[in-house]
Amino acid sequence: MQHGKYGFITGFLAAPLGLYALFVIWPFIQSIYYSFTDWTGLSPEFSMVGVDNYTRMLHDDIFWKSLTHSLIFALLLPLVTLGMALFFAFMINVGGRHRKGGPVVTGVRGSGFYKIVYFFPQVLSIAIVALLFAFAYNPDSGAINSFLRGIGLDSLQPLWLGDPDLALWCVMAVLVWSTTGFFVVLFSAGMASIPAELYEAALLDGAGRATTFFRVTLPLLWDTVQSGWVYMGILALGAESFAVVQIMTTGPGGPDYSTTVLVLYVYQKAFRDGQAAYATTIGVALLVVTLAFAAIVMRLGRRERLEY
Amino acid sequence: MGSTGQHGSEGVGRRDLIKRTAALGLVAAPGMGLLSACASSGGDGQDKAKAGKKTEKNPLGVNDTAKLDFVLFDGGFGKEYAEDAVKLYEKAFPKAQVKFSATQKIQSTLQPRFNQGNPPDLIDNSGAEQMDMGVLVGKKQLADLTPLLDAPSYDDPSKKVRDTLRPGIVEMGQFDGDPVWILNYAYTVYGVWYSQKALDGLDEKYPETWDDMLKVCAKAKKKGIAGWTYAGKYPYYLPFSLYPMIAKVGGREVLDAIDNLEPNAWKHPAVKACFEAYYELFQKGYILRGTPGLDHIQSQTAWAKGKALFIPNGSWVENESANVIPADFDLAVSAPSGLDGSDKLPFGTIWASGGEPFVVPAKAANPEGGMEQLRVMLSEASSRNFTSKVKSLSALNGGIDGIELTPGLKAGVAALDKAGDNVVNPRIPDWYVQLEKEKIGVGGLGEMMAGRLTPAETVKKIQGFADEAAKDTSIKHYKHR
Repeated sequence: MQHGKYGFITGFLAAPLGLYALFVIWPFIQSIYYSFTDWTGLSPEFSMVGVDNYTRMLHDDIFWKSLTHSLIFALLLPLVTLGMALFFAFMINVGGRHRKGGPVVTGVRGSGFYKIVYFFPQVLSIAIVALLFAFAYNPDSGAINSFLRGIGLDSLQPLWLGDPDLALWCVMAVLVWSTTGFFVVLFSAGMASIPAELYEAALLDGAGRATTFFRVTLPLLWDTVQSGWVYMGILALGAESFAVVQIMTTGPGGPDYSTTVLVLYVYQKAFRDGQAAYATTIGVALLVVTLAFAAIVMRLGRRERLEY
Repeated sequence: MGSTGQHGSEGVGRRDLIKRTAALGLVAAPGMGLLSACASSGGDGQDKAKAGKKTEKNPLGVNDTAKLDFVLFDGGFGKEYAEDAVKLYEKAFPKAQVKFSATQKIQSTLQPRFNQGNPPDLIDNSGAEQMDMGVLVGKKQLADLTPLLDAPSYDDPSKKVRDTLRPGIVEMGQFDGDPVWILNYAYTVYGVWYSQKALDGLDEKYPETWDDMLKVCAKAKKKGIAGWTYAGKYPYYLPFSLYPMIAKVGGREVLDAIDNLEPNAWKHPAVKACFEAYYELFQKGYILRGTPGLDHIQSQTAWAKGKALFIPNGSWVENESANVIPADFDLAVSAPSGLDGSDKLPFGTIWASGGEPFVVPAKAANPEGGMEQLRVMLSEASSRNFTSKVKSLSALNGGIDGIELTPGLKAGVAALDKAGDNVVNPRIPDWYVQLEKEKIGVGGLGEMMAGRLTPAETVKKIQGFADEAAKDTSIKHYKHR
């Protein structure tokens, strides 16, 4: 049997690898190739232009603005989302007060209910979420400003998406709102697999909530947090950020380029301006950023795995 | 549960599964072929249909057995008007097979077909997924519609099609030189839209000068009504009244220079004066609070509810906001107010131009058929059908007799009558989409109207954008002739 093992494994791997190569690797190679052409995306004719698109990109202010915003998204979103999700998950699963006769480790009162509520946003498609928030942010009759008026803050009526200083944060808040729930559930599952004895031991040693969290929960959950970080970063650089910016913002991408992100710029160049080759060039830049992000996270997050 | 019936269905299920797997294989194999036939290959084009004989009834020489492939944008105008026109074509050429399809996804549906060189014969290239006209023209993907324009019109053989069209339609189809690449089928009137009833309530009529405009706004403000609102999230709606105002104040040449991206075109005193006039609306608090955060629908809704008097918009607003405009609103449109008596053009100068751009691809198999279909659509009867169904004017000059016009349409027709020859047609919106929407609109005018830029700063910023676009070698440049 031993001699046929590799053939056997190859047989199983060939199909998925083939599909992966065809649908993932090959398009990558194709777009890198197109980024050296002047293809418009609207006619079959194009010619090679060398690195023209790349020089143009490096001198393109909008590209740099988009890149900055994308990087802010990739750094801040995971931090905020995962931080909140960890906190909520901890409170739901571990953070509760010990009740007489109950288990030693338990969540806050009503944690079962919270668990479901946190997951609600995940059920809605991002397009719907973005639309709902666009209504809420409406400065004239939206929920937020109506609420502010309701509590007597008539003088405080921000323009939200219409204000270049606020717009990016408004968009980011929506992404946090819509993704936190998923990670709460993910981390809850991770926490459920941490043996209760560890918590009991920590409690006996007199550890408070904060200590328990930082000394027990977080280290044992590190792998999950790390994959969550990568996942969240990709989401912040990719489709999700595109959807909210495209649907919600002024322009879209404004006001005055205050919310434009790389994916949106790719889309606009390819499908609005008929400059598919330049769009793929920006796409290549986005690919580099995404890979770099994943590499950094993996590198920084490397720790000894704890067996339990 | 286990009945015999279940066993039977299980068997079918299994057979089904095998069938499906086989089908999947069949689909997948050519699918991969398609994939690899992306932009890098293809372009061989398709066989052209042989042209038919030109007769009096068939002036374009359509091959009466050739298939016609017609793709329509299924948007605000629906598809019924085109289906009705297709029926007329089928009646004229009973042997021809017409494949008519309507979609909202023009680009996703047609881009691959352009790339493979087998586009349809007639396309309504419109909507959010409109394919960039400048690129299509620049890459020689479109057929010249001159034969259609020079053909006798459907209703009156003594008149050429070109002589039956509304002002600006032919020019809008030209990019550089004589060929006409696009025929806009709908006709849009842009301007300042308002409720006549609301103005009557203030005991005012539409103000012709800016001083009067400010007076009306001040009066409205006392009653708690804002003077203006606009699509704050899409500030490129502002030019609908601002550009014709610039033309009225400084003359047509100012707009032409702007379109031509001439150096310092935006620094013309007329531009600055108009910017200052609009900025004054902001400074005096005549703009509905929160407007910079409203999208077009939200601003139109606030306006329809009577929160603001005026809104710069196009004639589609009547249809788009039909469900929020009250029955007694008495919708009206006016040409923009000017500054004062020293303006170059008379009051009434208005922006009107074509919409719903129809094109015939250069590589179409049956271009004559595509053009003949357009000729049918430009008949008196089809045009009347269009106007009565979708509440919009068509490119045909006329075609409105005998139908009941809605208030907005009636006001639009009246505004066109008043304008006479003073119809302007700025071209930046279709020549330089990014410049118009993202830079001039969002980056310039939007910022100014939100009070974050002064008129002087705005002029400078927009001039910078225009200079950048003029230097940008990646976009094609056009000039008025």
